[in-house]
Amino acid sequence: MYSLLTAFQNSVGRKILTGVTGIALTGFLIIHLLGNLTLFTIDYADADNAFNRYAHFLHDLGWLLYVAEAGLLTIFLIHAYLGVAIYLRKKKTRGTNYEVVKSRGGASKVGFSSRTMLISGSLLLIFTVSHVNHFKFGPGWSGEPEYTQQMNVGGETTEVRDLSKLVFETFNQQYEGAIFYVIGYVGIMILLGFHLRHGIWSALQSLGAMNKKLVPVIYAVAGTIGILIALGFLVLPIYIYFL
Amino acid sequence: MTINLRVWRQKNASTPGKLVDYKVEGVSEHMSFLEMFDHLNEQLMKKGDEPVEFDHDCREGICGSCNMVIDGQAHGPQKGTAACQLHMRHYNDGDTIVVEPWRAAAFPLIRDLVVDRSAFDRIQAAGGYISVNTGAAPDAHAVPVEKEDADVAFDYAACIGCGACVAACPNASASLFTGAKISQFARLPQGQVERERRVVRMVEQMEKEGFGDCSNFGECEAVCPKEISIQAIAEMRREYMKAIT
Repeated sequence: MYSLLTAFQNSVGRKILTGVTGIALTGFLIIHLLGNLTLFTIDYADADNAFNRYAHFLHDLGWLLYVAEAGLLTIFLIHAYLGVAIYLRKKKTRGTNYEVVKSRGGASKVGFSSRTMLISGSLLLIFTVSHVNHFKFGPGWSGEPEYTQQMNVGGETTEVRDLSKLVFETFNQQYEGAIFYVIGYVGIMILLGFHLRHGIWSALQSLGAMNKKLVPVIYAVAGTIGILIALGFLVLPIYIYFL
Repeated sequence: MTINLRVWRQKNASTPGKLVDYKVEGVSEHMSFLEMFDHLNEQLMKKGDEPVEFDHDCREGICGSCNMVIDGQAHGPQKGTAACQLHMRHYNDGDTIVVEPWRAAAFPLIRDLVVDRSAFDRIQAAGGYISVNTGAAPDAHAVPVEKEDADVAFDYAACIGCGACVAACPNASASLFTGAKISQFARLPQGQVERERRVVRMVEQMEKEGFGDCSNFGECEAVCPKEISIQAIAEMRREYMKAIT
């Protein structure tokens, strides 16, 4: 009776789409974090390590990887577009601004994380571009010999990118400028924590997965998950810095 | 006691308004917030000034007429009440209180603190009804309704359409109002006939009226004089997804 296309021309549809893409991005973050956790265990002097093998495995997926990347980029862009669109609309819908605004507290979720979604989101968008540029398209992307290593993969000698070397050179204290990368990454990950603090529970509410009794529980659980994800990401550069 | 009021005065939508200071003397702690305005208006009229226009009717928190943003909070600082149920005993002698109208592009200002809330009526008219002939009141056990559904539907039906949710929402969204009106019917057997049509039409009308997007701030629930949960908004989205898929 009603088509999916018309749904995204109204606020409920936009909210559902923001929630779906947000959940997908959170899922991606969790997988990304799990991959990163290998960085805690490896020997950075040896290029034949779990992190490089995992990176190679992803790279080896071929067209599947391109599909995943294209999907991820689309989801990311839709999510960012909707966030900006919602913000721009709000300017129009209020009309005249209040002279005095005060949150009632209680059931309200108005706070630092909910009020700064656009700011934290925009900074995360800029960060992501620079992050992908630095690591994915950074040294070793076009097969520079100092960032590649012959490795035995599935019985065959294969040329594998030494991505853990780049990670080490970015964050370890013996390299110039590493401290700025560490501070920058920690700062951005704190913002990510705030973004997820409101984002995860908000996505569940947007998808209708809420009832009155569950709200406080899910609000708390979603907050914890958000903080854990951010914490997982931000401890890593600090750890590598002190290696 | 004496209250220093800063009230939004605006002649009409096309004239710019501003906050005007009034010193209201002889305010009794027993007065309701609206009675304090009556008191102020009497003083203004005695002086030959224009009284402050404000909406009111039942003055017992059930009609949804009064609409004042008091010190930045819709209906003032008291939980679960409308402005008419706020009493001056919560204030001290010499307090300054800022009073503004609901601010939303979809609620155009008429005069002073009075805004036009007929956008809500149009959302309601778009689908907030049932067309089945219910006939005479049936026996209580003739149409079984689960206790939880009956309770939740009743909670939603407590919405008085005051518009505080819109006024308090940082985005001026009408999601709590519309959500309550949709979900109240979705929970009950009588609401099943137009169930899908209702949610789509009411959501589209909400959009047409120029209300904002919901960002799940939850401020609406905090200021709602009937304390309606944002679960109503989650249910509206669920209903919407069911209707379009």
